[in-house]
Amino acid sequence: MIVANRKPFAEIKEMLQGYHKVLNVGCGTCVSVCLTGGEKEVAVLNIELEMARRLDDDPIDIYAHTIERQCDREYLAELDSLIENEKFDALLSMACGVGIQFLAERYPHIPTFPAVDTSGLAVNQAVGWYEERCRSCSQCVLGFTGGICPITMCAKGLLNGPCGGTNKGSCEISNEQPCAWFRIYDRLSGQSRLDAIKKINVTRGWKDQAPRNLIQPGYKKPEKMAK
Amino acid sequence: MSTETNSKSESNLEKVLKSGQFAFTGELGPPRGTDAEEVREKSKFLKGHVDSVNITDNQTAVVRMSSWAASLIAIQEGLEPNYQMVCRDRNRLAMQADILGGSALGIRNMLCLSGDHQQFGDHPDAKGVFDIDSIQLIAMVKQMRDEGKFLSGNDIHQPPKMFIGAASNPFAEPYEWRVHRLAKKIEAGADFIQTQCIYNMDRFREFIRVANEEGLTEQVYILAGVTPMKSVGMARYMKTKVPGMDVPDEIIDRLKGVEKNKVADEGIKIACEQIEEFKEMKGVHGVHLMAIEWEHKVPEIAEQAKVLPRPVFD
Ligand code: SF4
Ligand code: SF4
Repeated sequence: MIVANRKPFAEIKEMLQGYHKVLNVGCGTCVSVCLTGGEKEVAVLNIELEMARRLDDDPIDIYAHTIERQCDREYLAELDSLIENEKFDALLSMACGVGIQFLAERYPHIPTFPAVDTSGLAVNQAVGWYEERCRSCSQCVLGFTGGICPITMCAKGLLNGPCGGTNKGSCEISNEQPCAWFRIYDRLSGQSRLDAIKKINVTRGWKDQAPRNLIQPGYKKPEKMAK
Repeated sequence: MSTETNSKSESNLEKVLKSGQFAFTGELGPPRGTDAEEVREKSKFLKGHVDSVNITDNQTAVVRMSSWAASLIAIQEGLEPNYQMVCRDRNRLAMQADILGGSALGIRNMLCLSGDHQQFGDHPDAKGVFDIDSIQLIAMVKQMRDEGKFLSGNDIHQPPKMFIGAASNPFAEPYEWRVHRLAKKIEAGADFIQTQCIYNMDRFREFIRVANEEGLTEQVYILAGVTPMKSVGMARYMKTKVPGMDVPDEIIDRLKGVEKNKVADEGIKIACEQIEEFKEMKGVHGVHLMAIEWEHKVPEIAEQAKVLPRPVFD
């Protein structure tokens, strides 16, 4: 899933300076699972904002609404009438970067602000602990790395590791960080597949250096959005 | 050796190694400013005492005068630089451009490294580039030199001449992997290897034994890395703080065992004993002396290690 972390309160408050009627939109999917931007977190942030602005003698009228998925037009449509009727002067989103952009795009006349910092594609390792596992590089190498991603988990994104900095199984950056390539070696060795990394992995072209679109075979962009 | 068939890099280091003599290389860290004099000063101690001198590239991820610029100053001082290049700070365009420029201005050796992670340095928030890794860098330089082609496959008008170096750390786990990694670097095109500073001789002997067995030491020149300990504190720091460094307690005990003002001498003595052993060790073709911020000691160490005079070629 996509994980995000709430921005520091001071930063959110600063962004909303000068706005008095705001809708805070949560998302019920990934950011909700990682305890950052679901219904509960929206409510908590709103209370904090109301209190802080009241103390500043600059009250804010802040609404809450959490939809199932902010990255999906169908669910976003739910907000149309509320936004039409209430005339908000700003929107705050607690969805991931994708959701925030989709919200901003649907209501382009209203300033939209992010309340979270989106940090990656992660697994839920334990309650409250999310570990990044994929940088969506568009060229998956997991096939020869024993199912462990070096692009994400190796601090240098090496394709021919482990480097000389490996420290008893930890990465050179910290004793807390396992060396991805040490783990790759271990797993492949257990599968008697070390040959997979004994050969040189040649330089690859990075496929994530320009905006990416995915259009499945048999589909195309609708005419009116194609431009 | 692979290098005998494919390259005339015009490198002095290459000539020394090909002539079958025991090579001795040094190291020079560029200044943290624009003072060319500092490079010239350090060069004086190295000149005539080493076959080639590694010029470090933003070592430990701390910004310094660029390694090619300091390499050129070293050339002016009559030294032969071994231009270090890390993958951390440059993408493939910048790397190839610097390789061309370096070669055009007389740089004949390169050491291809991944580079310490930026988190260690003075700009920990920098974006690490790592467009290609050290093994891919070796292969790229080889392709540029031997095929006269850029990584893209386009032709180079007047390809660079380089004697290609790579690093090896026999002390990083998994140990069994280290020889495979050495083999990969050779396959990629390394002509010579400079190892991590060696303190654990047992482990190094074992590494070389396996490398000999696999025939690798016949395909590449190996220079054993030596760094004399200046103090007990330094030894402790290397043991606990530097990733991939293996400092056995015997070394620390030996340094602790002498009078305070004799510790540095003892460090040099240990280094010279190691060098004596390397001279006799099958599969080791030279020593790379990393006397970090101790350049002025190089003449004394070279003397004591009996590696003088250095060979001269016309
Ligand atoms: S290699 Fe890593 S970053 Fe790339 S797609 Fe696979 S898991 Fe994701
Ligand atoms: S120690 Fe391991 S994870 Fe860290 S940079 Fe080196 S290979 Fe990558």
